[in-house]
Amino acid sequence: MLSKEETEHIAKLARLGLSGEEIAKYQKDLSAILGYIDKLKEADVEGVKPFTHSIDVSNVLRPDAKTERTAEELDKLKSQMPETKDGYLKVKSIF
Amino acid sequence: MELTDLTIKEAHEGLLGKKYSAADLAGAYLDKIEKENKGIFAFLSLAREAAIKKAREVDEKIKKGEEISALAGIPMAIKDNIMVDGLKCTSASKILDNYVAPYDATVIKKLKGRGAVILGKTNMDEFAMGSSTETSAYGVTRNPRDIERVPGGSSGGSAAAVAANQCCAALGSDTGGSIRQPACFCGIVGLKPTYGAVSRYGCTAYASSLDQIGPLAKNVDDAQTIFEAIRGADPLDGTSVDFLHERPAKPKFRVGIPDEYFIKGMDQQVEKTIREAIDEYEKQGNEIVPISLPHTEYALACYYIVATSEASANLAKFDGMRFGFSSREAKDLAGIYSDSRGRGFGPEARRRIMLGTYVLSAGYYDAYYVRAQKVRTLIKQDFDKAFEKVDAIVAPVSPTLPFKIGEKMDDPLQMYLSDIFTISINLAGVPSLAVPCGNAGGLPVGLQVIGKHFDEATIFEIGKRLQK
Repeated sequence: MLSKEETEHIAKLARLGLSGEEIAKYQKDLSAILGYIDKLKEADVEGVKPFTHSIDVSNVLRPDAKTERTAEELDKLKSQMPETKDGYLKVKSIF
Repeated sequence: MELTDLTIKEAHEGLLGKKYSAADLAGAYLDKIEKENKGIFAFLSLAREAAIKKAREVDEKIKKGEEISALAGIPMAIKDNIMVDGLKCTSASKILDNYVAPYDATVIKKLKGRGAVILGKTNMDEFAMGSSTETSAYGVTRNPRDIERVPGGSSGGSAAAVAANQCCAALGSDTGGSIRQPACFCGIVGLKPTYGAVSRYGCTAYASSLDQIGPLAKNVDDAQTIFEAIRGADPLDGTSVDFLHERPAKPKFRVGIPDEYFIKGMDQQVEKTIREAIDEYEKQGNEIVPISLPHTEYALACYYIVATSEASANLAKFDGMRFGFSSREAKDLAGIYSDSRGRGFGPEARRRIMLGTYVLSAGYYDAYYVRAQKVRTLIKQDFDKAFEKVDAIVAPVSPTLPFKIGEKMDDPLQMYLSDIFTISINLAGVPSLAVPCGNAGGLPVGLQVIGKHFDEATIFEIGKRLQK
């Protein structure tokens, strides 16, 4: 069973602002799901390599060159920003 | 016959024969959606103007006698996690409530290039996290076969739209069964292509090692037509590859039936209907072979570690900074993050982000994530071994008939168990085609034909003979 403190810590790591009620709900839900997931401990994984990719591909590269964007394309992105100043994205101070 | 009853093939022939115009087709579907959407709620938004404009372009080509593709003028619906330039793309989440796609996904570029007409965007579980379309922030989609029941999920809007004749065909995405299970619940066909067969560029990522875009359609032929239009390598998705699809169709196939997919507790009517379909297939002269996929029992636990780990990373980009919902009340940067995310994500998205964050956190990574990836290797090896003996595997899609709205919403684990027969396929990266194979108690039953990597050709052939 996850503790309340552990659940609060996970919410903080995930940057999720949750109410006390929500923390209590997720504490219960996550504990139940983790209880089920414990089933994996029964599987014999001795000598088995962790899975990386289901098909054979490796090192997919593209030329290291910039791609030009039109002003129209940039405007589409900028128009979705919550706050801008002089054409730049405006964010709150870190501290 | 109504214009909205047509399959892709029938609609295409009618267009060529000038029985109706593409604008007539698009108009008929849009009118039907506007009339019925309040009841079924398959669509989150419509694109009437763009659809009619596209249809008129196709009509112009037909008038001039130019050659048109099999998808030209075909009215289609698109799941709301796939970007269509200029249309809202919410992934059924409040955090993307105001988000307008700034470009076309690769699959959309391909469909538009072939003249397909996009009618609108369909409802889904929020960020494709769910098995019933009930986690949508905008409301529940109802199953057109029985409106008291869920259409399945997460591509429930796309499946309901096809089943209700509100589009000719649709696109969905499948991370753990999200195309196949709703196709099964709504009595239509759905394909989860091989991992890497279709570009995901422009599809909002849920779990990147599992996600695939695929078609939902009225029959296997139509699903194949769409798959052939959207597949292929894309420089914008490093996991997509080209492959040789064509292979000689065999007259008969060896089909494996996995013991582990007929379990205690599954609905007896579902099991009976599927067994009858298999018996009939055997009578057609195909060889049925009992096989074993021994690590099936670990698949669900494995999936919920892998998928939520990837989700917690993929959904970190929704931070209230550059786009989407942004809480402006917080005083500092960290406050905007936690406030925007806490209020923008719904309960299921938050639950999966929390679970993924936990299993990746310091001290738990090896016990959960690395162990799950080792089990995933074993699950994939099960399929590799089975395919040494058989051409394809046939299994149920869902252990139950479509359930009632609200029935499983209070118990996340029960909801997760709805995907028990579909998730192994995503973990192994193989393709699987869901086809309707009969009814039980007036509700549709579906089976899935699972193939070798990139062997969609074989499962289409088998699916055509099994569909009802």
